[in-house]
Amino acid sequence: MSSVATSEPIITRGKATTVRAQLQNALPQIVLAPSFLITIIFVYGFIAWTAYLSFTNSKTFPSYALTGPRAYQRLWRWTFESDPPSSWYTSITNMAIFGFLYVGICLALGLFLAILLDQKIRGEGLLRPIFLYPMALSFIVTGVAWKWFLDPGLGLEQTLHQWGWTSFHFDWIKNKDFVIYTVVIAGVWQASGFVMAMFLAGLRGIDSEIMKAAQIDGATTLQLYRRIVIPMLRPVFLSAFIVLAHMAIKSYDLVVALTSGGPGGSAWLPSNFMYEYTFKRNEMAVGSASAIIMLMTISAIIVPYLYSELREKAR
Amino acid sequence: MRRFLTSTAVIALAFAGGTAVARADDAKEVQMLHWWTSGGEAAALNVLKEDLSKEGFAWKDVPVAGGGGDAAMTALKAMVAAGNYPTASQMLGYTVLDYAQAGVMGDLTETATKEGWDKSVPAALQKFSVYDGKWVAAPVNVHSVNWLWINKAVMDKIGGTEPKTFDELIALLDKAKAAGVIPLALGGQNWQEATMFDSIVLSTGGPEFYKKAFNDLDEESLKSDTMKTSFDNLAKIIKYVDPNFSGRDWNLATAMVIKGDALVQVMGDWAKGEFVAAKKTPDTDFLCYRFPGTNGSVIYNSDMFGMFDVPDDRKAAQVALATATLSKSFQSAFNVVKGSVPARTDVPDTDFDACGKKGIADLKAANEGGTLFGSLAQGYGAPPAVANAYKDVVSKFVHGQITTSDEAVAQLVQAIDDAR
Repeated sequence: MSSVATSEPIITRGKATTVRAQLQNALPQIVLAPSFLITIIFVYGFIAWTAYLSFTNSKTFPSYALTGPRAYQRLWRWTFESDPPSSWYTSITNMAIFGFLYVGICLALGLFLAILLDQKIRGEGLLRPIFLYPMALSFIVTGVAWKWFLDPGLGLEQTLHQWGWTSFHFDWIKNKDFVIYTVVIAGVWQASGFVMAMFLAGLRGIDSEIMKAAQIDGATTLQLYRRIVIPMLRPVFLSAFIVLAHMAIKSYDLVVALTSGGPGGSAWLPSNFMYEYTFKRNEMAVGSASAIIMLMTISAIIVPYLYSELREKAR
Repeated sequence: MRRFLTSTAVIALAFAGGTAVARADDAKEVQMLHWWTSGGEAAALNVLKEDLSKEGFAWKDVPVAGGGGDAAMTALKAMVAAGNYPTASQMLGYTVLDYAQAGVMGDLTETATKEGWDKSVPAALQKFSVYDGKWVAAPVNVHSVNWLWINKAVMDKIGGTEPKTFDELIALLDKAKAAGVIPLALGGQNWQEATMFDSIVLSTGGPEFYKKAFNDLDEESLKSDTMKTSFDNLAKIIKYVDPNFSGRDWNLATAMVIKGDALVQVMGDWAKGEFVAAKKTPDTDFLCYRFPGTNGSVIYNSDMFGMFDVPDDRKAAQVALATATLSKSFQSAFNVVKGSVPARTDVPDTDFDACGKKGIADLKAANEGGTLFGSLAQGYGAPPAVANAYKDVVSKFVHGQITTSDEAVAQLVQAIDDAR
């Protein structure tokens, strides 16, 4: 190791200093070792454990006798062969709807707000935290607040009725077909300010010389953004996408706080499914299998990203 | 660096010291995990707290909110997996047996023999509190599920009478609707919907059918036309719910009846605890009827205090808790407040109100007549995997994901088969 090499010249100065110097050089490794070990056990160890459990028939408590891919077969059947849709099918279609809209709208809205804020307007210092602030709330708080706001008997609909607009009707949160979109609304509300901050930082990092040069060449503002600014923001897009995508896949608390699963379980996401089956229905094997499928979904997004990032650095 | 090491050592010592102190307290403390957080329930639990404090045991609540107890069960599982057993936990039916099978429950047989629990606790309850010949849980009460709770003022206003059949119930709901009252108060959570459906199945198919379908899980009965009719009846009754019912807690639905916003709630007798907590009296403020067509049968569930295998120094507190739980005085005092009836059959009904007296008599009759059935919705009919599969199907039917009774029956058979 490098520590040995660097400590060599010090040896001549006597033993006490050598030990201290070696200790000093090894300090980063010593300090890192426990957290490294903890990560290995509690992240990768438990991933392996979950994968193992998914091939057993664990019910309330883990059992270690392998019984083959029965849990996966059940998930497969629930995905492709059940009619009306099973909870698992509902969960993964909801995931697709929620993931697509949440990431898409957050990116679009975040970029739009960032561009507006970047116009050197007055009071930017005040506006920025206002948009960013929802991010400081936990999903539980966001969920409960929006639950009250969207409840037809309590929130928006009721208020507008009291103001005299009695034909107003907005009951998505109680409607099995639309409840997932209320989750999107609350999620977007919370995260788009954060995405805006990321884009704003990106915009500020763009060399103003390039912009000026383009303007001198006669580019309109629209062209400027479409051809120069947005393409230059590519790394920010990627980072924002990764952050949003994993937030979408792991979001559990938002659904629970906002809809408690929705009418007849119609707002479930795969994370809700996993939790329900593992801890409430005592079907730990099925829960583990669904967790592994979620992990593979995340890997399918993260791994190509890491690959492309690392390849670019190596170049 | 040296300062870092010293401070780490200090923190570690502080932790060690803190744990030591905590353990010393444990022996005199009853740690109790439960989900009795609504007004009536919390009041009922206070009775036990006071009984124990008289004997010098402190009470440490581990309350986890949520009517059905799902959140509490998850917390319990985490505690048990970590080897950090509470003294006792509120538990339902098959959960007790699951934990007993996993070998984490204590043994209270000695206390049970001394106190004569074998003779006084109904056999149906012993099925869940005795495992492998050992007492592992102390039943606190017997709830029955097949009740109607009616606001009397509303009932008088619309000129209704006690419905004796399902059709009369529908006629009564129609009257309420015509009078501009919400006919049926329901919380759109799957356990509430399934709890109501339990009564509908018993009413539609009769006692034999309920037992075969929901206790024995007989496939022929689950597939039968009677089950289809039950779903049709559920579809009929669900039309009388207000549009905003989805996700509502059960005690909020009860509050609607208490306030007179709604006429009736179909709910277990824990709803009576809410009426009592709101200072309402049976027969003058509210009425309790058996769900039409289910007279003479009782669908029960029972709250049990599962007793964990705690170290010897905490055992005395556990035995004190168990003894206090099954003492006649506590059983009477607690159940008067909670709305349920005592888990032992030899408790006098003198302190109970009209509904309580009726409940005790019904339980006795059902116990002797063999019409005491475990509620599937409440985890006393079948293990949790099956019970939850059942709740799923009922909930999907109520919320329109499943649209016909044929489809519902096919789904029910499939779901139960999957979960077995």
